[in-house]
Amino acid sequence: MHETALTLNTTELLAIPALPLLAALLAGLFGWALKEKLTHWICCLGVIGSAILSIDVFMQVQAGASFYGNYWTWMLSDQFVVPVGMMIDRLTAIMMVTVTIVSACVHVYTIGYMHGDPGYTRFFSYISAFTFSMLVLVMGNNFFTLFFGWEAVGLFSYLLIGFWFKRESANFAALKAFIVNRVGDFGFAIGILAVWYYFGTVDYHEVFRMVPDFVTQHVSLHFMGWEVTAITFMCLALFIGAMGKSAQVPLHVWLPDSMEGPTPISALIHAATMVTAGVFMVARLSPMFEFSETALATVTVVGAITAWMCATIGLVQNDIKRVIAYSTCSQLGYMFVACGVSAYSAGIFHLMTHAYFKALLFLAAGSVIHGMMAKQDIRIMGQLRRFMPVTYITMLIGALALAGLPPFAGYWSKDLIIEAAAVRGMGWSSELAYWCVLTGVFMTAFYTFRMFFLTFHNSDRVPAKIKAHVHESPKVITVPLLILSVGAIGAGFWGVSVGLTEAEVIHGYFANSIFVLEAHNPLLTLEAAETNHTLGFFTHYGPLLLALGGIGLAWFMYFRETAMPAKLAASFPRVHDFLLNKWYWDELFDKLFVRPARCLGTMLWQKGDLDMIDKGMIHGGIVDSIKSGAARMRAMQTGMVYHYAFAMVIGVFGFLTYLLLKA
Amino acid sequence: MVALSDYLIISAALFSLGVIGLFLNRKNVITILMCIELMLLAVNLNLVAFSHFLNDLAGQIFVFFVLTVAASEVAVGLAILVAFYRTRRSIEVEDINTLQG
Amino acid sequence: MLESLFFYMFGGLAIVSAMGVVLARNTMHSVMFLIFCFFNAAGLFLMLDAEFLGIILILIYVGAVMVLFMFVIMMLEINTAKLREGFLQYLPTGAVIALALLIEFVGASRAGVFSQGAKATAEHFGREVNNTMEIGKVLYTKYLLGFEIAAIILLVALVGAIVLTLRTRKDAKYQNISAQVNVRKEDRLRKVRM
Repeated sequence: MHETALTLNTTELLAIPALPLLAALLAGLFGWALKEKLTHWICCLGVIGSAILSIDVFMQVQAGASFYGNYWTWMLSDQFVVPVGMMIDRLTAIMMVTVTIVSACVHVYTIGYMHGDPGYTRFFSYISAFTFSMLVLVMGNNFFTLFFGWEAVGLFSYLLIGFWFKRESANFAALKAFIVNRVGDFGFAIGILAVWYYFGTVDYHEVFRMVPDFVTQHVSLHFMGWEVTAITFMCLALFIGAMGKSAQVPLHVWLPDSMEGPTPISALIHAATMVTAGVFMVARLSPMFEFSETALATVTVVGAITAWMCATIGLVQNDIKRVIAYSTCSQLGYMFVACGVSAYSAGIFHLMTHAYFKALLFLAAGSVIHGMMAKQDIRIMGQLRRFMPVTYITMLIGALALAGLPPFAGYWSKDLIIEAAAVRGMGWSSELAYWCVLTGVFMTAFYTFRMFFLTFHNSDRVPAKIKAHVHESPKVITVPLLILSVGAIGAGFWGVSVGLTEAEVIHGYFANSIFVLEAHNPLLTLEAAETNHTLGFFTHYGPLLLALGGIGLAWFMYFRETAMPAKLAASFPRVHDFLLNKWYWDELFDKLFVRPARCLGTMLWQKGDLDMIDKGMIHGGIVDSIKSGAARMRAMQTGMVYHYAFAMVIGVFGFLTYLLLKA
Repeated sequence: MVALSDYLIISAALFSLGVIGLFLNRKNVITILMCIELMLLAVNLNLVAFSHFLNDLAGQIFVFFVLTVAASEVAVGLAILVAFYRTRRSIEVEDINTLQG
Repeated sequence: MLESLFFYMFGGLAIVSAMGVVLARNTMHSVMFLIFCFFNAAGLFLMLDAEFLGIILILIYVGAVMVLFMFVIMMLEINTAKLREGFLQYLPTGAVIALALLIEFVGASRAGVFSQGAKATAEHFGREVNNTMEIGKVLYTKYLLGFEIAAIILLVALVGAIVLTLRTRKDAKYQNISAQVNVRKEDRLRKVRM
């Protein structure tokens, strides 16, 4: 993109993913010998070291440094070269810092949360390896390192969701996550191969350099009577991957189920980092997405629908982790809306702030669960603030940030997205997105504080047996909470201090990493509107008012008139059931895909395998013919020596005859 | 003068007699072993005859090796026969059919 | 002329005695016929200037192998009559095959492939050629490896024959020397209170 005088130390860059990898290998291979204490020291130090180096790199990148280069050759086959390299710019740096800091907090938190678990060392090995994979994903400089990281985080996500593998539900959830992701990854792989097909390279710089020319050539492909431009095809295929990984409708079904995994995982993987990989990818590939109006509209619409739909589901969920999980889906929808309306910078900003406050919310929820003897149902909680003051305060900070109240992190980033959607003007898709995210704000605030009030206020519904046990969590759990609350507030303030809340500044900040066409850029439009004061009052303050309204309603329903929610649910049973059952997505997929697949499988097994192959071919054909043939052949072995001698003599006779006839 | 073919015919006759012996004495292992010796003798005679007429010592060397192997074969064969006789009290070839499939 | 005479004598007697081997009722007679056959074959070897092999044939076959045969025959109690049961039953098949083989062999011998020109008759070597020495020269140089292998085969056959025939009788008394040496007082001596 552009040349910089400052370059980064390659060894330092290499050390950032290498430290967690090393820790993971040590913990994984020698965990049995290292025992718990040494294992968590190694893993925590590895990830904290990685975090410190990332912050250092981030500082240097702030000062204008960047890096682009290859380390090794991964694959080499004629024209097809896949190097292992890194591309470090502001987008990467911000991701690196986010990933490593959240990961470091989660590592420390895990010491307390997983204490005494039989799979302690295995858990540390997995989360360190996950951190490594995520770092490879964001730091890579070509599509294949991206794909490697992409698959590796998927793998560790699978392993960690199914961490308690003796639980049947955990295994199902892990399988579901893996299979749904496979659907997405299929599209993703096709996208990458299409990129290689059309551009002959998988290197980011090379591809991005070629895209504008490529677009003017109007290459298109025909598929079942539809004509699609190649760039749209590539972007849509890649976006399918993003939909899977970032849990967008209709591939969102795995994320809420992934809450079967231990809570630190929900915080690290299914809230803060892995699920944002899709958003990161779209932002990283902005030079491609920008040239496809169709792809952008798709991203916007999918993001908007997810944001709105998951928010509605979140309204009625009773599992503390599921509420947060649906809010994660919903917030990811916001980020995609941002990307779709070409406000990638706002999306990334929201990604970063979201990572902190969502990890905070999850870890706080984990702390609650830890105190509640692994109970997750908010219907049997209440008044917990008396027992867990630190958790209460930190959860409040997280909730306010998620609801989007100033001065907390969520407000700045979310506000920017909504305003960008308002001014983008790309037809019905951006209109839809605007209204979805706007109403989403109200619902987000409502369900967040519903969960919050039900857990910490309202009436005391904790069963007596658990109540004797409820206690504030130990320091290893509360300290990461405090650090993340600082992050949740600080990320916003950092944004404000750098000026990221100003539309033009944030655009400029990422100008070297994210490409936006002049005509598209909603941030510049927004800036212009702000300076001209043409932005309406509602566009400006609407989200804030809605958030306040949502909190107010939650306060009213779950703090004052506590009988009201039940009555409301009773008066609209259809709506309530519809939301409680998550819009019946699981049932729909069950009918559409799972059952036909199972039917097909059973049929192939019963008819194809058992009847045709086993009975028909094996027993009827191969086995039987061998058996009868062998029985006949066996009769030839009489065991009589003279029979063998006879055979030999006949052989000599035949051979001699042949020789004579030949001569 | 005696020609090469004359020796070959003698050895052919010896060999054929060995083969007949194999077929006729189906029961007596010792005779079968002797018939094999007869056949080997025929082969040896061939080799020596060729060696003489081609003026090449290799044939005789091979006879030497054949003799060695034949001697070993007889020693081991007869030892087996003795061991077999001890267990079965018989040397009838038709009894030796443990290898039957 | 004399050579032809000896040739026909040795050859004819060899064939006749071979027939005796096959047809003799008594196995011991077969062995005797075979010995006679070997003697005649040795004569043929001598006529072919293979003195060493001729002597070896007599020494090894007649002196060792056939004696071994005799030992075995005498050791085993063999019902000769029973062994000859079904003798004629197999005669047709055997005769047909053997005859066919003979015809082919003779045909091949006389086909001219082996009797062309100088190859048909060879001169006898002179007095100065020592067959044993010539064989020794080649055997210990060019065929040394084969010679060594033959030696090992003989050794293995020797060991094999002993292993196969050796048996320890259960009723025989043996001395276990190590047990005797290692015996302790307590094993043999028992104090009895009187």
